[in-house]
Amino acid sequence: MPSLRTLLTATRGRGRFDWTDWFTYAYLALGVVLMFGPVVWLVLSSFKTAAALNEFPPRLLPYGQKSVSIADRADPAPVFRVRLPDGTVREMAELRRIGIQATMVDPARPDDPVRVNIRDREPVRELHVATENYTRIFGQFDFARFLWNSVFITVIATIITLLFNAMAAFALSKYRFRGRKAAFLVILATLMIPPTIILVPNFLVASTLGLLNSPWGVIWPAVATPTGVFLLRQYMLTIPDELIDAARMDHASEWRIFWRIVLPLSAPALAVLAIFSVMWRWNDFLWPLVVLSKTETFTLQLALNAFQGELTTQWHYLLAMTVMTLLPVTVVFALLQRYITAGIASAGVK
Amino acid sequence: MRGPGGVGAWPGAALGLAFSVLEAPMRALQRLLGVPRIGWVFLAPNLVVLGLFTFLPIAIDFHYAFTGGAQLLPAERPYVGAENFATLFECTNHLDPSTCRKDLFWRAVYNTAAFAVLQVASMVLFSLVTALVLNRRIVGRGFFRGVFFYPVLLSPVVVALIWKWILQREGVLNALLQAAGGTGAEWLNTGGWAFSWVVVVSIWAHMGFYTLILLAGLQAIPSELYEAAEMDHASPWRRFSRITLPLLMPSLLIVTVLALIRAVQVFDEVFVLTGGGPGSATLFVVQFIYQTAFAESIRLYGIAAAASLVLAAALLVLTLAQLRVSRRSAEGASGGRDA
Repeated sequence: MPSLRTLLTATRGRGRFDWTDWFTYAYLALGVVLMFGPVVWLVLSSFKTAAALNEFPPRLLPYGQKSVSIADRADPAPVFRVRLPDGTVREMAELRRIGIQATMVDPARPDDPVRVNIRDREPVRELHVATENYTRIFGQFDFARFLWNSVFITVIATIITLLFNAMAAFALSKYRFRGRKAAFLVILATLMIPPTIILVPNFLVASTLGLLNSPWGVIWPAVATPTGVFLLRQYMLTIPDELIDAARMDHASEWRIFWRIVLPLSAPALAVLAIFSVMWRWNDFLWPLVVLSKTETFTLQLALNAFQGELTTQWHYLLAMTVMTLLPVTVVFALLQRYITAGIASAGVK
Repeated sequence: MRGPGGVGAWPGAALGLAFSVLEAPMRALQRLLGVPRIGWVFLAPNLVVLGLFTFLPIAIDFHYAFTGGAQLLPAERPYVGAENFATLFECTNHLDPSTCRKDLFWRAVYNTAAFAVLQVASMVLFSLVTALVLNRRIVGRGFFRGVFFYPVLLSPVVVALIWKWILQREGVLNALLQAAGGTGAEWLNTGGWAFSWVVVVSIWAHMGFYTLILLAGLQAIPSELYEAAEMDHASPWRRFSRITLPLLMPSLLIVTVLALIRAVQVFDEVFVLTGGGPGSATLFVVQFIYQTAFAESIRLYGIAAAASLVLAAALLVLTLAQLRVSRRSAEGASGGRDA
């Protein structure tokens, strides 16, 4: 494989694979393990049954006890490898167990049960992907409601964010009125006011406006973002004013100019802001934690937080929920990585 | 492009409807105000939201900080002067939190300071090394950049649960350690370990962001400088210390200050990972504020607001430092371009 070899040994152009190249690739390999490993482990674990999760030391892949269905029985019976009194070893299914005595049967001949001491048997394991962890969280935990709450807040907040911030950016980039600079400064100044320090009074504002325990309590405070205004304004400055003047000649209203000309032309910047807004709202934690206190209003993040406190023993559900929560972000990232990293590198926002 | 944002037919129709609903009132406002001043109408939604949820709360913050009691409504709260601050700062020995009236606040302050120093120093170092590695001519740079950046996008709750699962008593870390002949530990139930892991986890979750900024800084260094150095047979170390490091210094400073501003406000991951425990080993200032105002049976909004203002003062100092640093680096950058 000469091509692969040249690809792998490509260096800084001097044709030599020196120690810095070894270090580089060793570092990157370690990086992949450390950065991806924890997430991969989470995903693998989320497909294990509760019993498999309780095993220590854990296995890499999801193994579960093999089970077979036997005639006349509703549930499938667990399969064990049994050492019989005559010394032979056979795979048998457990019918019932009392104390240390288990009644076992050969699945092929269900009418011929044998009594076995449980010390003389061990479970038969096979690869078992516990997809039921995922299907059951919808039935047992109102997961669909939390998912819906999160989706609702994320989508609505993003739409309003795009609209409000684009309107402000339009005003700041295309009009010359008194106080424009001051308004821009006031908006930018809020970058320096971290939400953590206005947590307590914001609770009062939200409660006065009747926004507690409502998705709107999460949405409204989030829709005016200085970073969004800044990003869109910088982009709109590049839209030629001649376009707008031409539309005014045709007696288009200012609103129509904004909606039909400036907004469509700002689509690339709007897309970047939309990605950021979706990430921000989907991952929000502290403010929703303060505003939403009733379980039925919880977002996915709050539900996860509540469950991890309550069901420490139910890791199989918790892990599946965690995977479901990181899935949308992962998909968005896989598809739009270039735009996200470019947006962050240029605007320095997160 | 099929309409604003290139959306499909059905959302397109919805957007069309939104446009026409708003057009008539906007037209009326335009007739009333004239063209340049209609800008205020476009600004209004943003300014109203910022006013209600950012500027008004700052004012209320001060009101809360100087009033007492557990009432939420400002009018019902008695004025107490600087008592809330006095309570927070009342200590026989400020270096020993257990002698303070609000001992948890001081533990949180010291924990936050220790966390900020440790986390920022190690994270900037790791980000620098990673950025340097990613800036080399490597196969699959986009992929590797994505690998280091990916955790930045995960929610704090998800980050905390991923690590909680790894670090629990019968978790994979202990299994690996035992397989290697070592002994495991109760990572999140022993104070020192819990604190160390909180630092590690927050580096894991955030370093990709700073790596990206440093990488952009590295890529802005003109390659002619390196070519010239190569002509002069400068050693790799010399190239790093004489070209890379000085020219990257502005980015490094910005990254450090940004990371400090975030580190001082650490809350989410830690809250889910350790809940501030064991004891108060990983209790930080924001969690102290949250607990004082929202998680106690008697909600001491005054104390919480006073603590918020103390935090705000620390952040103000850091922000001013950031402005200074970025102004100087902007001057440095433009100066470099002129030269």
